[in-house]
Amino acid sequence: MSKPTIAVKSVIIRFAGDSGDGMQLTGDRFTMDTASLGNDISTLPNFPAEIRAPQGTLPGVSSFQLHFADHHVRTAGDAPDVLVAMNPAALKANIKDIPRGATIIVDKDEFTSRNLSKVGYEINPLDDGSLSSYKIHPVALTSMTVAALAHLPLSRKEAERAKNMFALGLLSWMYHRPTDATEAFLKAKFAKKPDILEANLVAYRTGWNYGETSEDFATSYEVAPAHMPPGMYRNIGGNIALAYGLIAAAQQSGLKLFLGSYPITPASEILHELSKHKKFGVITFQAEDEIAAVGSALGASYGGALGITTTSGPGIALKSEMIGLGVMLELPLIIIDVQRGGPSTGLPTKTEQADLLQVMFGRNGESPAAVIAASTPSDCFTMAMEAVRIATTYRVPVFLLSDGYIANGSEPWKIPDVSTLPDLSVEFALSQDNFLPYLRDPQSLARPWAIPGTAGIEHRIGGIEKQDKTGEINYEPANHDFMVRTRQAKVDGIAVPDLEVDDPTGDAKLLFLGWGSTYGPIASAVETLRNNGEKIAQAHLKYINPFPSNLGAVLNKYEKVITPEMNLGQLAMLLRSKYLKDIVGYNMVRGLPFTTAELVEAAMGVLHND
Amino acid sequence: MTDLTLNKKDFTSDQEVRWCPGCGDYSVLSTMQSFLPELGVPRENIVFISGIGCSSRFPYYLNTFGMHSIHGRAPAIASGLAIARPDLTVFVITGDGDALSIGGNHLIHALRRNVELKILLFNNRIYGLTKGQYSPASEQGKITKSTPYGSLDTPFNPVSLAIGAEATFVARSIDSDRKHLTQILRQAAAHKGSALIEIYQNCPIFNDGAFDQVKDNETKEGSLLQMVHGLPIKSSTFGVVRDGARLKLAELSTINEADVVIHDAHDLDPSYAFALSRLSGSSLEHTPIGVFRDVERPGYSAMVNDQLSSIIQTQGVGDLGKLLNSGDTWVVD
Repeated sequence: MSKPTIAVKSVIIRFAGDSGDGMQLTGDRFTMDTASLGNDISTLPNFPAEIRAPQGTLPGVSSFQLHFADHHVRTAGDAPDVLVAMNPAALKANIKDIPRGATIIVDKDEFTSRNLSKVGYEINPLDDGSLSSYKIHPVALTSMTVAALAHLPLSRKEAERAKNMFALGLLSWMYHRPTDATEAFLKAKFAKKPDILEANLVAYRTGWNYGETSEDFATSYEVAPAHMPPGMYRNIGGNIALAYGLIAAAQQSGLKLFLGSYPITPASEILHELSKHKKFGVITFQAEDEIAAVGSALGASYGGALGITTTSGPGIALKSEMIGLGVMLELPLIIIDVQRGGPSTGLPTKTEQADLLQVMFGRNGESPAAVIAASTPSDCFTMAMEAVRIATTYRVPVFLLSDGYIANGSEPWKIPDVSTLPDLSVEFALSQDNFLPYLRDPQSLARPWAIPGTAGIEHRIGGIEKQDKTGEINYEPANHDFMVRTRQAKVDGIAVPDLEVDDPTGDAKLLFLGWGSTYGPIASAVETLRNNGEKIAQAHLKYINPFPSNLGAVLNKYEKVITPEMNLGQLAMLLRSKYLKDIVGYNMVRGLPFTTAELVEAAMGVLHND
Repeated sequence: MTDLTLNKKDFTSDQEVRWCPGCGDYSVLSTMQSFLPELGVPRENIVFISGIGCSSRFPYYLNTFGMHSIHGRAPAIASGLAIARPDLTVFVITGDGDALSIGGNHLIHALRRNVELKILLFNNRIYGLTKGQYSPASEQGKITKSTPYGSLDTPFNPVSLAIGAEATFVARSIDSDRKHLTQILRQAAAHKGSALIEIYQNCPIFNDGAFDQVKDNETKEGSLLQMVHGLPIKSSTFGVVRDGARLKLAELSTINEADVVIHDAHDLDPSYAFALSRLSGSSLEHTPIGVFRDVERPGYSAMVNDQLSSIIQTQGVGDLGKLLNSGDTWVVD
């Protein structure tokens, strides 16, 4: 007889285990199976900086959280409803985030005295009553997996490795997830290793059947599909969306994409992804260092290609001088900064927003560059195309800011129809007499993009100050002053869309203003506050240099503006200095995205405590 | 396309040349301007990219495309350009500080990859533009503004460094010897991959006479070990002979001239060219001159672009719509 099913509106699951336990893969598969059911989703992987910390230790814990619902979700959620802990370390590292009453599924086989002492449990927490306020399910995950695979010619170690599929099967049963896509995935992944394929399939089905038959699991849950605009969807992470956006922009501009890059967490995935797509004419050049990465991109731009470099904060620090040359040469250049915790090596695998002032000002001299920021994983596609539009129209370096949360997180993406993508075509300077390499377009102030191979326009450019129009070396005081102001005016004049404000009642006194990956937590907090009857306006800046031209008016319309940032107030500093408007900061630099609850609390403080 | 019957004047820009009087850079510039017409490459398809330093002003004086970039980074910028635009002829102009100190990393990696760049390294063994500090090519013990008690650094031999990076073409010439330099430029231009030419260049202000040993009429014949492929390697007084697996110098009067090593610039084993490069010390008493190494290896840009075309040939041109719709997708009605 089948077990009762309960309908729920949203669920947050966190899979946690040793970095060798395959938690990211488990999370990814559960996400894909959930997406195909039509739930809205947001995910947050969290992995250690070490490639393989010692097995069973706290630094080795890797986790993957996903939030799925029958309505629009903005974040991976504050507090998990379910924790799957594959060992004592995973339990210990995550229990502080788990609210009382939540479900905890553990692999009880891993709770040996040796493993417990590794993480400082003197008594087995499964036995001492310390977990009594949770719905705790100790499951013999490892031994049941091994027993189910006894018929296969596998070592114990190989058999144990399939236990993540047992866990996935069990959770898939609990939440009525379809199994065919994961089975197809496993068949493709292990096509050349039939025994391993069989092991994974059997473990997956055994986990499912265990849920169906075991008395330990009395109920399963259903989450109805979310209402989403019609169309074709896929789940997408920020780095992949960025890579796709760049390929799309290259196609829409008719330019050859040249990526010069040096591997760095959390940006490397963009290099990996682009290097797969050479049939789009994409050139990926893994340079000897960060400087050569941006230098080669600038050289490619000089030659008429779409020069792009991808990196994280430490890489930006190294590239700064070359970006200054890009400002001086007035060539298109796209610099993608997937921010991570700093300073120095900082927290390589964690998220942060503390590179904003570095990209704004981290160059010698008056060296203006455009700065834009993606707000969600799928927004990276749009913003990559925007970066290309600005760089090629204004012949200027453009920083596109992402961060670890956007890069590694994922969400459903309504796939755009290729025919609706913007036209980004460019014009190069043509053969002509008396060519002036710094004669500007009066509207955009852009100089001609004059590429080698064009007869009659041979000219010399460089990092030394140059004379207006001719581009020849010039040290005259008035000319330098003019050129400095002109380069600034060009960036200030970049056309960017107005800031949209969501203020349903039209009379809110408090504006939540964010940028970058805080979009999800802010939107979620705003939703909660409105449900509680508060009047709140929300706006999200995607264009930071220059700011949208209506920003000053927007700021002045509200009595209070609160700006949450994963830094110590960098956007707030820019806003205060430009608009002389006080900004209430909410600043945390923990390497993690904001929770909805803390932003709600921060806003309540501003609304009612003064 | 430009008329290809060009002359020196066609390659001379309208800019006033601003090196110090007597600088070795003048003769290198003039040699280059005279040589370029014989390349047969349209002016607009030639690009000179330089770093920072006295010699890096070079591109301003040539009527081709040119970029005076930032310190040490010319090989990186030029690599991007050469890869994106395999149709261009790209020269890099650099000096001993630019190429061997701040830009050492880019130099060795451009050479190991064999990017199609012709790199002219002006070696004056001093920092000129910053007014007289020792360079990574300065001899040990050198008294300069930054080393009033003598430098302690062991210098780089740029040729040894390039061969160590497995450069496929490595040569040495002298600023004032236009005929020799032209000949080397010609061979470098004919070479398919990276070419590095070290040019001994006199700085009359901060290191005057640094190369007198190989320039003065009394000493040069006896100091320059001429390297010409297929001919014995010797100066007027010394020859290069084998010593087991090594090379050494021997006075011609003490040996059978048939024992003098016949130069093989195409020897694939870099240890031979490396051994030649080690014959000279800072004193320049025995200085090999000419092409050390000229071997064939596919050029990097050619490989990058061949790989692209073969992928496009086998997989077809990418379809953006298909890419965006790849992976697990679902429809919402």
